[in-house]
Amino acid sequence: MYVAVKGGEAAILATHDLVAEARRGDLAVPEITVAQIREQQALACARVMNEGSLYDQDLAALALKQSQGDVIEAAFLMRAYRTTLPRFGSSEPLDTAQMAIRRRVSATYKDLPGGQVLGPTYDYTHRLFDFALMETEPQRAPSPPAGEGWGEGSRDASDMSSKTGANVSDLRDPSSAPSGHLLPQGEKDRAPLDTTMPRVPDILGAEGLMEAEEPPEGDPRPFDLTRDPVSFPADRDVRLQSMARGDEGFLLGLGYSVQRGFGGTHPFVGEVRVGEVAVEFVPEELGFAVDLGDVTLTECQMVNQFQGSKDVPPQFTRGYGLVFGHSERKAMSMSLVDRALKARDFGEATNYPAQQDEFVLYHADNVEAAGFVEHLKLPHYVDFQGELELIRRIRREREERLAQEQGAKEPDTMPEAAE
Amino acid sequence: MTVHQMPADDTKPAYNYAYLDEQTKRMIRRALLKAVAVPGYQVPFGSREMPLARGWGTGGIQITAAIIGPADTLKVIDQGADDTTNAVSIRRFFERTADARTCEATDEATIIQTRHRIPEAPLKSGQVMVYQVPTPEPLRRLEPREAETRKMHAWAEYGLMQVKLYEDIARYGEITKTYDYPVMVNDRYVMAPSPIPKFDNPKMHMSPALQLFGAGREKRIYALPPYTSVKSLDFEDHPFRIQSWTQPCGLCGAGDSYLDEVVIDDQGGRMFVCSDSHYCETRRAEGHRGTMLGDAAASGLVEETTP
Amino acid sequence: MPAETMIAPGFADPVFQSQAAFRALLAALSEPGMLQQVAGEITPPEGLATATATALLTLADYETPVWLPEALRNGPAGAWLRFHCGAALVDDPADATFAVIDGTADQPKLSAFDLGTDQFPDRSTTVIVQVAALENGPALTLAGPGILGSRTITPQGLRAGFTDELRENRALYPLGVDVLLVHGEGLIGLPRSTQVEEAR
Repeated sequence: MYVAVKGGEAAILATHDLVAEARRGDLAVPEITVAQIREQQALACARVMNEGSLYDQDLAALALKQSQGDVIEAAFLMRAYRTTLPRFGSSEPLDTAQMAIRRRVSATYKDLPGGQVLGPTYDYTHRLFDFALMETEPQRAPSPPAGEGWGEGSRDASDMSSKTGANVSDLRDPSSAPSGHLLPQGEKDRAPLDTTMPRVPDILGAEGLMEAEEPPEGDPRPFDLTRDPVSFPADRDVRLQSMARGDEGFLLGLGYSVQRGFGGTHPFVGEVRVGEVAVEFVPEELGFAVDLGDVTLTECQMVNQFQGSKDVPPQFTRGYGLVFGHSERKAMSMSLVDRALKARDFGEATNYPAQQDEFVLYHADNVEAAGFVEHLKLPHYVDFQGELELIRRIRREREERLAQEQGAKEPDTMPEAAE
Repeated sequence: MTVHQMPADDTKPAYNYAYLDEQTKRMIRRALLKAVAVPGYQVPFGSREMPLARGWGTGGIQITAAIIGPADTLKVIDQGADDTTNAVSIRRFFERTADARTCEATDEATIIQTRHRIPEAPLKSGQVMVYQVPTPEPLRRLEPREAETRKMHAWAEYGLMQVKLYEDIARYGEITKTYDYPVMVNDRYVMAPSPIPKFDNPKMHMSPALQLFGAGREKRIYALPPYTSVKSLDFEDHPFRIQSWTQPCGLCGAGDSYLDEVVIDDQGGRMFVCSDSHYCETRRAEGHRGTMLGDAAASGLVEETTP
Repeated sequence: MPAETMIAPGFADPVFQSQAAFRALLAALSEPGMLQQVAGEITPPEGLATATATALLTLADYETPVWLPEALRNGPAGAWLRFHCGAALVDDPADATFAVIDGTADQPKLSAFDLGTDQFPDRSTTVIVQVAALENGPALTLAGPGILGSRTITPQGLRAGFTDELRENRALYPLGVDVLLVHGEGLIGLPRSTQVEEAR
């Protein structure tokens, strides 16, 4: 009796061992720790948290370690874990006006209440290698519990307490504050931040110049695209959710396409702000809000060309982006595409990809996209055999037909050789 | 900083039976009941993110997880074979999460999850076929917008599909779709049969088995109850026909099965073998011998064992 | 708490009892007219057949509004359903994902329930009709998907004109409600795709 040789299971297990080996690399080099990734690759962690739709810096760092730094694979790990988590409820809406600011810049005003706060940014670094980083610093003594940077200089606890009120306890508390990876080296020398940091669109709104952001009628609970299938046209809550977890590169390209003319908006950065916002939750049994801790967020509000009609005086329109961690490029791209996707609401033409909700939403999800693109390496030989059978037969029949025609016309010449 | 509770055994977290939580199973079960009530209609469902990649069977896996129970015996095939890597991987998933009893024999299975094939052995009443579907929308290649294709189904406006098929005939003399060949279900909905070769289409028509289709990434479920009319689209002057080969299976000699092509050397040598590995093995065990069986054993493609 | 002592228990083993019950429901709707049985492992609240209660425990939850006749809604059945399924009980039949009606009651008609929409025919109500018996009544002949040729059922205790309502429902196809005839632990599926005729 004959049986087909079966190696499937053993081969699969062997790939798992090979992955582990490749992940570890040269054993002479010390293994990287999750804490090192969390502290020193925080921007990568932020991207994994965004595209994985889960705010957890440790898990993001673990995902990056496990995936050898493959960001989409890491986001996939986050999502597969997230989907198994029990849901206790929804938090209260976050109030970004109460953000403990690390960075805040506006392109629309030279100066404004709270000022321009450069904070940590690569914007003005010259992209020259810092070869000093090739060498690791000798290990320093562990930081005091107050935590790497937060308790020092002008942002020390006593200073902050008089300035930012409610948020000071969070800043002082190393267990709820992020680990300080975004603080610039030179911040010690900077003046203390202002107490009030009004959001730029709110300033414009006070003048009636900004499109108001009103919740839909009845303020319904937002759609949850991880629980329910999306249908089109998609409402704004669905669009923003989809973009918040969407691929940064895809949104960047779409945002760029809008700027280049594939979409008719003319944006100004009203404001980009980065900092910590408190998350509050109202348990059914308590009936009042409980502070769950802070999350680091980046918010971008784009001010776009105005709209108006006979009935409504002209107003600027808004593009909005809100993402986890320090992720300015993502927040800005999202706000460009958000505005482009409002085209239908404003009665504008929707000729370009960034204006078409179905195009943007279906293709922004890099975990889905990666799965489907990569599934092409699965066996397809059954279908390919169907194609082979067809193409061979069509060619054979064509040759026979040509030979017949040839033979009928010129009985003396030989039929053409097969192709 | 968050503290994570580590499961007692890192490698085996305490997931629910068949991985999905009960609320998710209820949602999928409701979609399945509506799917069998309207054969061929694509029911949107809240497809969950799965620990396997999209495009690798997450729709089929979610359906199997929602229907499987201790009384079931599961067969998983990919390209017709039980031993292809993704079939092995999915079978392992259910062995781990649902303690599933698995088999390779088509007639022993109560649930058959498949990618790209319908087994050669006739299906029986009481069996459930679960198809993994990449693109549930048969009109998608003709009209990329879901908002539009949904209307076309709503109004049974399938003229675009007829035009596309007729263009094929005009250009090539025949319809050139060889797999995922569109079918008309119960004289109402045009349906994608998933990328099975058109060879398998006739097996869907009036099948005694229940056939369920899951598209995880596209978040759609659809179904064919047993004994449902499934017609492959065609024209009177160009009737539907299936693939045929000029030679039988090289291993078991079957002349009625779908064949895979195996390239055996760099001189143009080919061998054709059954894509349905269990069918082929069963026939060989019954004593059927193909002309290439000896060579195949010599080259290690199959093993010769003493009965 | 008195409320809890009043409410009968649901599934003792929800994972496996609901799985088994679902397979019976799936078989019922995919092979219309075939009598299916659910396990008699639960004590249903007053007014609900075992099969009705089992089907609702298996399928209903906070995402699926349920319509019950007023007497049931305000009695132990309503409380039981809220407690075990977390389902909202609705007044308007057209708002219901699932509904339970008495086979002999005049109202509501099948057409009063949600019939789905052209683009989303799946969004229609599934109506559980509690009848006096599933056998030995007047014969109805069924045809359609799930049926090889034709199949005969003989339920008892259906209101006058119910067959016409089923026929009208079929005429709306692919819209329409899906019906489960239920008695005791038995159930028969009559999805909208099934043609129903009174046998001569």
